[in-house]
Amino acid sequence: MVLSGPLLVSTIGRIDQDLEKIGRDLSAIDISDVKEIDTVGAWVVRRLSHEHDARIIGASEQAQQVLTALEGTADEVTIENPRVPVWKRVPEKMGERVYIARSGAIGVVGFLGQILLGFGTLLRHPGKFPMRALVRQMELVGVAALPIVGLMSFLIGIVIAQQGAVQLSQFGAETLTVNLVGRITLRELGVLMTAIMVAGRSGSAFAAQIGTMKLTEEIDAMRTIGLSPIERLVIPRILACTFMMVLLGFYSSVIGIIGGAVIGQVSLGIPFFSFLERIQEVVPIYDVYVGLIKAPVFGLIVGLAGCYHGMQVKGNSEEVGKRTTMAVVSAIFAVIVIDAFFAVFFTEIGWG
Amino acid sequence: MRGHDYGNGHSIEHGRFDSQPPIVIEGLVNRFGDFTVHENLDLTVRRGEILGVVGGSGTGKSVLMRSIIGLQHPAEGRIEVFGQTITEAEPDENIGVRQRWGVLFQGGALFSTLTVGENVEVPIRQFYPDIGHRLRKEIARYKVLLTGLSEDAVNKYPSELSGGMKKRAGLARALALDPELLFLDEPTAGLDPVGAAKFDRQTRDLKETLGLTVFLITHDLDTLYEICDRVAVLAEKRVIAIGTIPELIETGHPWIEEYFNGPRGRAAREAPNRSRDDSRMKDQQ
Repeated sequence: MVLSGPLLVSTIGRIDQDLEKIGRDLSAIDISDVKEIDTVGAWVVRRLSHEHDARIIGASEQAQQVLTALEGTADEVTIENPRVPVWKRVPEKMGERVYIARSGAIGVVGFLGQILLGFGTLLRHPGKFPMRALVRQMELVGVAALPIVGLMSFLIGIVIAQQGAVQLSQFGAETLTVNLVGRITLRELGVLMTAIMVAGRSGSAFAAQIGTMKLTEEIDAMRTIGLSPIERLVIPRILACTFMMVLLGFYSSVIGIIGGAVIGQVSLGIPFFSFLERIQEVVPIYDVYVGLIKAPVFGLIVGLAGCYHGMQVKGNSEEVGKRTTMAVVSAIFAVIVIDAFFAVFFTEIGWG
Repeated sequence: MRGHDYGNGHSIEHGRFDSQPPIVIEGLVNRFGDFTVHENLDLTVRRGEILGVVGGSGTGKSVLMRSIIGLQHPAEGRIEVFGQTITEAEPDENIGVRQRWGVLFQGGALFSTLTVGENVEVPIRQFYPDIGHRLRKEIARYKVLLTGLSEDAVNKYPSELSGGMKKRAGLARALALDPELLFLDEPTAGLDPVGAAKFDRQTRDLKETLGLTVFLITHDLDTLYEICDRVAVLAEKRVIAIGTIPELIETGHPWIEEYFNGPRGRAAREAPNRSRDDSRMKDQQ
């Protein structure tokens, strides 16, 4: 068979199909008319010659060089990894996941323990407390979140009031919108949505910051100098999160109620300030307590998730992204689960 | 002198004129899951020497360094630094010897939220809180200048520095407390040849003026020939040979042969300014 013209990656596609269809056996491949050849062309030529046990003749010096360069490459090429059959693969993967979950759970408990120890040390040596770090984190977690949490809560208040009013008006009970907005934002939505927002803002920030510090060996450098990363990095962040969630949660509920009051004024004919006054009458004080108790717990969970996942980062920057995502997702999930427990708990103790 | 307790315990005295070897490693075993990185590794670092540590990728050079400074708990074995057992302590526990060593991690590992000067102040503040604010800043400043950085680097943040400058800043922090022992993890990696040569010379000068012992992980043949007194070769999960480069070549081990006698090795050896080699060889005799 005679091949001619340029045998390059850009031109081989045209004849690839035809070459595969060659029926008869070849004894020789003549490439003296091939002006340009690259490794792809050479590969095809070699493959042909191996398949048909044919000689390659007429190779120019350049062509010969390229052909020789490919000599070491295997002729039998397995492009894909052998795939384990499904009935083996699935149980294996499941087992792996269980293992990972278990070591994850152990890891978190261990981390909690380290934090408590660190906290103990700081209580014994109050001079060592990283006050500036704490205040800075409080600013970042709390103060910087005010605009976005405010906007979010305002809109949520509006939506609840709006949708609630539509349903309640079927029973002529629009005035109960006040109860709805007040009780739901203070007990549930104010705190829950704020926790989710804080998880997204600060939980991910913690994981990313601490994770990157692990990668660049900053954490190791701290340890070598005798500084405890738990005391200096983790504890300020967790404390800041816990404390600021209380304030943010309450603030969020208040803004939510204001949002509801705006809807009350605009579409329900309930004057703004009357709405707010009625809140005081229909919302029992323990609703406020419920929200204020949940908030620090959620804050703790978010802070813990962020810092824990940050500390688990090893290897490369892809890990940082993975762990940041895990921090946010696990925080939000945990918050929602704990929220469910709280709902049952508070009902049981009579604050339902 | 192994295992000999000089009663220094948690003393913070600088034992600069101790004759005990600063680092003694016996029977070290490091494992990650099923994978054993080190097995039966023994190594003693002599006081006042620059010890180069070489080995192929994956032989655990960084793991070894981390074990010595307590960031990695070995599965078995014993490590003593200045007579203090490291292997049982927590990574950041106060064991009385941390202020006697300085560590330069790859890339510098500077604290990203602090300026260079503040970075250097951290160990000073940590171990010697009684040093006043002004003196501490002055110390930080001269440490930075000593590594060859310019005055304006002191107030820059790590993100504003080039790779070479970051390493120098990291070195300044490692030297903040005038340590007796310095760990350098691939200090010339990524530096241009001029910068690398400068860094080497600086390391040697510092060793001579401050009487440092240096544990130097490197691939850089020029560094090994220029400034290392002895070189330890890490292979087969332990130190297979330790000595001057001529001594190592004499062992005839194939990897060592290829490392030092390959074309790069020969070029490094035959490069001009090999005066160190001759004077050192004379000392050995």
